[in-house]
Amino acid sequence: MTHQPSATGIGASVKRVEDLRFIRGRGRYTDDINLPRQAYAHFLRSPHAHARIKTINTEKAKSASGVVMVVTAVDLAKLGGLPCGWLIHSRDGSPMKEPKHPVLAEGTVRHVGDPVVAVIAETVAQARDAAELVEIDYEALPAVVDMAAAVSGAAPIHEAAPENVCYDWHLGDEAATDTAIAQATHVATLDLANNRLAPNAIEPRCYIGDFNSATGEHTLYTSSQNPHVIRLLMGAFVMQTPEHKIRVVSQDVGGGFGSKIYHYAEEALVTWAAAQLNRPVKWTSDRSEAFLSDAQGRDHKTRVELALDKDGKFTALRVRTLANMGAYLSTFASVIPTYLHGTLMAGNYTTPAISVGVKAVFTNTVPVDAYRGAGRPEATFLIERVIDLAAQETNRDPAELRRLNYIKPSQFPYQTPVALTYDTGNYERTLDMALAAADYKGFAARKAEAGSRGKLRGIGIASYIEACGIAPSNVAGALGARAGLYECGTIRVNPTGSVTVMTGSHSHGQGHETTFAQLISDKLGVPFDQIDIVHGDTARIPFGMGTYGSRSLAVGGSALVNAAEKIVAKGKKIAAHMLEVSEEDVEFDAGIFKVAGTDRQKNFGEVAFQAYVPHNFPLETLEPGLEETAFYDPKNFTYPAGVYVCEVEVDPDTGVVRVEKFCAADDFGKIINPMIVEGQVHGGLAQGIGQALLEHCVYDGDGQLITGSYMDYAMPRADNLPTFQVETTDQPTPCIHNPLGVKGCGEAGAIGSPPAVINAIVNALADLGVTHIDMPATPQTVWRAIQSARNG
Amino acid sequence: MYDFQYARPANIVEARAALSGSNEAVLMAGGQTLIPTLKQRLRKPSVVVDLGSVRNLGEVQIMKDKIMIGAMATHANVAASPILAKRLPALAALAGGIGDPHVRARGTIGGSIANADPAADYPAAVVALNADIVTDRRTTAADSFFKGLFETTLARDEIVTSIHIKVPEKAAYAKFPNPASRFALVGVFVAKFKDNVRVAVTGAGPSVFRLPDMEKALAQSFTPDALVDIAVSPDRLNSDIHAAADYRAHLIGVMARRAVAACG
Repeated sequence: MTHQPSATGIGASVKRVEDLRFIRGRGRYTDDINLPRQAYAHFLRSPHAHARIKTINTEKAKSASGVVMVVTAVDLAKLGGLPCGWLIHSRDGSPMKEPKHPVLAEGTVRHVGDPVVAVIAETVAQARDAAELVEIDYEALPAVVDMAAAVSGAAPIHEAAPENVCYDWHLGDEAATDTAIAQATHVATLDLANNRLAPNAIEPRCYIGDFNSATGEHTLYTSSQNPHVIRLLMGAFVMQTPEHKIRVVSQDVGGGFGSKIYHYAEEALVTWAAAQLNRPVKWTSDRSEAFLSDAQGRDHKTRVELALDKDGKFTALRVRTLANMGAYLSTFASVIPTYLHGTLMAGNYTTPAISVGVKAVFTNTVPVDAYRGAGRPEATFLIERVIDLAAQETNRDPAELRRLNYIKPSQFPYQTPVALTYDTGNYERTLDMALAAADYKGFAARKAEAGSRGKLRGIGIASYIEACGIAPSNVAGALGARAGLYECGTIRVNPTGSVTVMTGSHSHGQGHETTFAQLISDKLGVPFDQIDIVHGDTARIPFGMGTYGSRSLAVGGSALVNAAEKIVAKGKKIAAHMLEVSEEDVEFDAGIFKVAGTDRQKNFGEVAFQAYVPHNFPLETLEPGLEETAFYDPKNFTYPAGVYVCEVEVDPDTGVVRVEKFCAADDFGKIINPMIVEGQVHGGLAQGIGQALLEHCVYDGDGQLITGSYMDYAMPRADNLPTFQVETTDQPTPCIHNPLGVKGCGEAGAIGSPPAVINAIVNALADLGVTHIDMPATPQTVWRAIQSARNG
Repeated sequence: MYDFQYARPANIVEARAALSGSNEAVLMAGGQTLIPTLKQRLRKPSVVVDLGSVRNLGEVQIMKDKIMIGAMATHANVAASPILAKRLPALAALAGGIGDPHVRARGTIGGSIANADPAADYPAAVVALNADIVTDRRTTAADSFFKGLFETTLARDEIVTSIHIKVPEKAAYAKFPNPASRFALVGVFVAKFKDNVRVAVTGAGPSVFRLPDMEKALAQSFTPDALVDIAVSPDRLNSDIHAAADYRAHLIGVMARRAVAACG
């Protein structure tokens, strides 16, 4: 049954209701919470990238003004290490090396910023003052930051990983790939790097531990993307405290981009210390600490080879990657370069033979984990770059080379050679739309006009596909996941007919309070403003897995659809009782329960009220109440895809790149709120263009982070970006295995844009003979590429 | 930050008195460098002497053939000055390109030149414009005022009160910003006077410096083409992750030509 879309239902660009509090400064972030008798923690961090701790003397600090506690690893002997959530096996079958990641350093520090001592005092200033009195005698050890050096004889960072290799993983048919490459008409070969990024959420991490000595309950207020995951990991592995005695609260969170998925040492420390002291303990990161302690992103070095036959069809792809893990394994570090990267190597193409090998490497740097896109940007970048190189080397149009090799709409479901089965897609349509929006045909004229002004103009195309809605549990479990990846939701209909929705998804900027309310309003016919979305509190929501990997709507939203169906089913029973008909005769549409073929009906509010005033219910067959929970575990990933076209102008005198035009055509399947989707794409594009042109975490040879502040770490700003031309396809291919047909949109922009930008720059410089440029394409990098091309 | 005393004198005499009380006293003239260093505990002054309340220290005035800019004139005030818009728009444009609106609302010309950050914009302007730096006790030509990295001829307790600038026939500033901080990676200020041309460079070296070869060439022919064959040596220029010395040397040439072109 269908009804007219309402102004607040599915498909409407409803303005974000949460923005009313955010833009008026009324959000309640963790740092806005202050508990009575709260003390403050300060972490003393390693200034060395690698050193043995000979002695730590905390005596002066302990007696300093205002100090209530000074903690070192010795005090934490009963705590476990920070766990890794995904077990990867090397190609020889051996499990990954998983050295302990202690809460505070145990005898050795392994990166600049590694926490060594926690000082807890009455004020932040007193904690910092006291930290300056702690005496630590370090014996510096050789540090290794370069991955190639780390795996070729450098001293081990962990005893458990003597060659600094965490795992050596492989996926695909190596023999078939080698044969196809040997027989190919042309092989395009590229060595490239995917630059390390710092996540830079606008809200730095913040935690408050609290303890109720009367009940033995711990509460952790945290800036986390997934409070239940934190409760599980911290309770079971670190604190070894039963989960029902831990509550984790994570309400308004100012951006995550992946960096707030993980369980961090500071969370465990404040939770533990609050119980020891029987008073709340708060820690708020500053920006400098964030650069040294938030898990960073990307950092791959890759050789990729793409084989083509005489017609330009791809016959094989061989990828060999070194992936930087940093000094310790962060929560999901191990899965990012493997099952979120290697499995994407087919891209949008019919490449029949693929071999991808990934060696994960420990270095004396901040741990690396998922960052917006997580593995998929790295995969997309290398695929889309080597395709452009192949086009350049074989003198083919890069758009037509892609079109020739696309998986066609008739080929779905499509089994790739690297484990995934794509359910739906229409890549050619998004290519046509993006090329039309970009006026691809008119490019030559624009290039000539730019040339008359002394500028080099280039155009670049990138297709992308991503595996989103991270799930399903059975597949993930078979691949080494140590957690389920379903999502849950509870719909509580209140006696007056308003609705409270408890979702396991977590909003840290995505706009769930709006999108999910639209969804429920649509499914239950309840006015949009009568619906409240609750998230981020393990005491209020069912056991949910949180938000990452563009999964909230596809997995969390689907759970809510199923819960709504249960509400309707229960409502029909109640209405049938009220209307004295059989349940089968009751229809539901747009908030009305109606006896089929009559004008007899009850509205949603009447049914809700009766549910809680069951004066004459047949209690043997009809329970009071109207509240339902659903757990949804999808059958497959979702596969958003699209095509981005970027046009740049390069100033050959300075190397400055200006993005003149950026056109995106995305297929996200069914869309609930087009405005929010467009905003998500804009944000992703800004981050992707930032990676391509500006952002780079740079360490010197001793492991000191050179880009430790915004003086040297270049974030994208509005004037680095053009006005985006973003559209979604007019021929969407909805996901066929979730009830909403949605695919996820949060990461697409960050995945597809880096290769589009770099392809455009290389295209601009192609006449000079430039064939590749590494990210970030800073003015100096581009100028040098021009110089070395001109000098032969 | 560490604890410190805070003084807010109403005039220069009081300011000097506050400074003389302690060897660890520091002046604050906007605080756009000082406050971040305090917050990061990189400095531990005994007293911060804030010049923000000293009267008549932020005016822009015409004095015969010169323009006088008070040391506490904020970047925003310099950028918006009607006198400069008419007589020396290049300096107003330079001020309007410093930092962001917050920085421009607090930062001052006197604070900038006294701090002598190698990547600050104003040093290039005051040197190219052959300005006089007036303090509470003397007048120093800009050419001899800057001594090196964060180093000037100022005594510890000396207070810059104004900057006196000769108005050139033509002037322009061309800045190549650091992609991260947007300080000058290279900034070149070109000023054409009746009988000479002055070219000053900031951002590229440890301190602002002039380019005599370019000045001579431009005195002969004030055109961008006059600079085409003048190579800038990378010796003694800064190198960092954003620009090695050879790239900075190259950018000096590009920015100088653009500044001359912008003079019209």
